[in-house]
Order: sequence, then structure tokens, then C-alpha cells
Amino acid sequence: MRFMDPDTDIGGPLHKFPVTNHSAIANARSDDQVTRQRALDIILTSYWKPVYKYIRLKWQASNEDAKDLTQGFFANTFEKDHFANYDARKASFQTFLRTCLDGFVANERKAGRRLKRGGDMDHYQLDFAAAEDELAAHALSATLSPEDYFHREWVRWMFTLTVDAFRRRCEETGRSIHFQLFERYDLNDDSSDVSYASLAQEFGLDPATVTNYLAAARRDFRRIVLEKLREITATDEEFRTEARSLLGVDVK
Amino acid sequence: MKWLSDDKLNRLRMIVSEPDFSSTKYTFQKELGRGGMGTVYLCEDRELNRLVAVKVLNTPDITDDLRGRMIREAQIIAGLEHPGIVPVHDVGTLSDGRIFYAMKFVRGLRLDEYAAQGASLRDRLRKFQAVCDAVAFAHAHGVIHRDLKPQNIMIGSFGEVLVLDWGVAKTQSSFQQSISTNPRQSVANQTEDGTVIGTRDYMSPEQARGEIDRIDQRADVFSLGAVLRFLLADKATKPAKAICLKAMGEAPESRYTSATELSADIGRLLDAEPVLAYRENAVERVSRWVGKNRFLVLLVLAYLLMRIFLIFTSRT
Repeated sequence: MRFMDPDTDIGGPLHKFPVTNHSAIANARSDDQVTRQRALDIILTSYWKPVYKYIRLKWQASNEDAKDLTQGFFANTFEKDHFANYDARKASFQTFLRTCLDGFVANERKAGRRLKRGGDMDHYQLDFAAAEDELAAHALSATLSPEDYFHREWVRWMFTLTVDAFRRRCEETGRSIHFQLFERYDLNDDSSDVSYASLAQEFGLDPATVTNYLAAARRDFRRIVLEKLREITATDEEFRTEARSLLGVDVK
Repeated sequence: MKWLSDDKLNRLRMIVSEPDFSSTKYTFQKELGRGGMGTVYLCEDRELNRLVAVKVLNTPDITDDLRGRMIREAQIIAGLEHPGIVPVHDVGTLSDGRIFYAMKFVRGLRLDEYAAQGASLRDRLRKFQAVCDAVAFAHAHGVIHRDLKPQNIMIGSFGEVLVLDWGVAKTQSSFQQSISTNPRQSVANQTEDGTVIGTRDYMSPEQARGEIDRIDQRADVFSLGAVLRFLLADKATKPAKAICLKAMGEAPESRYTSATELSADIGRLLDAEPVLAYRENAVERVSRWVGKNRFLVLLVLAYLLMRIFLIFTSRT
């Protein structure tokens, strides 16, 4: 027997996954200023940290230079509307952005310019200190190329943003317990010491409820990951390719 | 925002990629294998209390293209009721939008694993004949597999042979009409000329060149020849090699015209009869006859020896 799950709004049998139709890549070319700004915000949010780390690693930039270059890259790209040149038939957006970034840093190095700190990007709250801490705490694998490193960090950042968005959504909808269960069971450093039974005891629930809540939480988490991915891909084909890459391959 | 370690990241990726079976009668157990379009999971059918293999589309499809292909694949398999083709039990959509179909879970070994366990040449050839029979049945129903290889063939725990993975099968129009009245699915069935489908070591030359229009059942005959070559390994006799070479002819016209014809030649090889693919000389003919009638030859030899012995002893 098939049934609708009361813990989720995703839908029951034969209901398609509600994929967002708005691609930030497409909207970055919009004539509407608000739509365009919103799209650029999404792109910046989704990429600034991998970009910063990539500059630090590949271009061996100091942390101060890397900050300037990261902000300068996005400011320059947005100002000159470089994303309008993106052609989804030639490469993924991630590859296109990385290629633009390499070109930008190479030009800046060649010109020997000192970028103006912040520029138009001052209103963005980019936590470079946290990125720097992560770089210091987690040694880079010697076998990883800068390109693979960029991809890996992008995947990590995508999931970090998704966890944060999921937490906020649970709080907004009064379902904090779903996130807490998810955090305890799926984000635990050592999940071997946590069982559905121990969670039931800890949260004062019966094990069946824990099972249902966790299933619903994972479903919602999956939906948010795919929504985010849809936002930063330009075409259906790219969405599918990135989803395969994001979901189907082990992180090196 | 907390840093996600590689372990946590892999766990989250697994959570996201695992299908959500909560709206179905299936309970997820483990992943069995992953392909380009879909992933096969081992699940428990809670209503019938049995294990099944469930193939699920890798991502929710938003264009209906992949969805159509998956349904078409399920319909192709369901339309081929043969002991050598794994039966489909169910098709549906998960609550996350991914299409799935459930099929019989085959316990056993893949053909390459079976061969690696040291099966005798005779047993390998018998299994190969069973593969040919299943493929011939599909051909008779207008379906060309296009990706035959040892990894897509299972030997079940009762010795039964099953041909799997019909995901890139090509259907001829009459069969296509019988499995689908949806024009969108007919479109999904078509592969553009120039597209290369299959596995390199087992693919016919016309398939490798992407000449989709030229692919017919003889492309599968080529792949069967490659599977036979794999099974023979270094144990091939001249007639067996000749069968391989004929099946793997460069031009489709030079191959066996059907899997049935190939199977029949293997049958002749097993029965120590002359095979179509090899013209033997007089010595080989005698040697084969002696090999086939070994008991009779030994009997005659024993009789002659006895006569000679008796003649010798009577004279002395």
C-alpha cells in the first residue's frame, strides 16, 4: 500500500520532486535589477569560499592577497557582466567560473596591481577567517590537483550551506527536533555510538517516531541539496551532470 | 557554520543519493551496482516478504526524457518472458520523483566470476549456449541488447543463466508499438546516429563507429563472439577459435546470421561434430571421430590386441 507521508510536503506517489525553476546562472543576465542582484548573491554565496581556498592553493597567494583577489574577482565579474558569456554547451558553470578566475588572477599578477580592499563587495559578510582556519587545520592531499581541490571544496561548501539552510528551515517551521535528530545521527563524528533506540530515549520519543522523523529529515535535506544545485546550474543537462558528480562520486 | 569532514561529507552524499522508498512496499537494504542512468539496490518487498533488486533513476528527472527511457527499459524486459531474462515485477515513482522498477533478485555469480572459479570448458560452453538462447529469444521479439558482456550475465544458484541490463537495448518498430503507445517514449527509444553505445571490448565495429542505423542482431552476435572468446581464454581448439572469429567478423555479413545459428555451432562443437565455421582436413576429421567414439575405438583396439595375442600364443 502506498501512502502520503504526513511529515513532509514533498508529495506522495507520482508527485514529481519540486525542482526550482529559477537558475541563478540564467537570472544573472536578467534585465531586472532585483532579479539580477539576487542571482549574483546566490553565485557569490555558493562559490566565494572554494574560490578563496583555490587562490590560496593554486596561486600561492597570502591570505590578505587572496581576500583582495576573491572580492576583486566577484566585483569585476559582476561589474563587467562576464557571466553573460557563459555557454552551457561548452562547459559546466563551475569550470567556466574557475577558468575566469585563473584568467583574472593571472592578469592581476601580470599587471602587478594592488586591488582596492573590499571595493563594492563590502556589504557581503564573507568569513575569511573561518576559511583560513579550515585551510590551516586540514592539510591538503598531495595527490589532489588544484582543479580537483576546487571541486572538492565546492562540494563541501554546498553541503555546508545545505546543512545551514536545513537547520533554518526546520526552525522556521517549528520542526527543530527533526534537525536535532538529523544532527545527532547523521552529522555525528562517531555515529556508531548513536542508535534509533538511544535517540528515542534521549529525546523522549518512541523509536518508530525517530525513524519517521529521520526519514522526513533526510528527504527534506535531499530536496534542499537539489534545489541549491538547480539554482547554480544553467541547464537541465548541467543539473543532471552536476547531480551525478555531486551525489555519485566519493570525495578524494 | 561547522566544517564538514570527508567522512561526514560522504555520509551526507550517501543520504542524498539513497532513494526514498517510504512511499513503496520496499525497504532499502544495500546498493548492488551503479550505472550511468540508474543504480540497482537490494530491497525487501514487505508485502511478499522476499528480496528484490530495484533499479532507480540516479536523479529526479525534470524533462521526462530519462523517465521515459527507464519505463521503456522496464517494458522491454517485461515483454520478454523467458527463463534467461530476469523478470520485472513492478514499476513506479518514488516520492522524490525518481522512477524505479523492481525485478527478481538473482543470487549467484556474474559470468566472469563464474569463469574465474575454474568452471570446465564444457560447462562454460553450455552456459554460453543458454546466453545465446536468451538473446535469440529477444531478437525474435525485435529487441537487440547492444551491451552483452560477462558482467551483464548472471549464473544463478541453480545454474540458470540470466541476461541482465537491457538499459541500452534497441527495439524494432513492431515491438516498440507493442510496448508503448506513448509517442514521447518512442522518441526516447531513438538513439541519434553517431552515438556510441556499449562496452569497447565487446562492441561490434559498426557500434563502435556509432552507425546506429546499421546495428541489427548481428551486432549482438559479435558481442556474443567476444563473450565466447573471454570464456575460451587459452583453452580454445581450432574449431572453437574459428567459431569466435566467425561471430566476430568485421562485416556483419561475415558473421553468423543469428544467435541461434551461433548456438547450434557451439552445440556441434560440444557433440564433436564438424562446425560450420571450420573446414577440417582428413587428419583432423579422423582425430575428431576417434575422440567422439573413444569407447568404440578402445573396444576395437582391445579386440585386435586380444586376437594378435591369441594368434601369437597359438603359434608358440
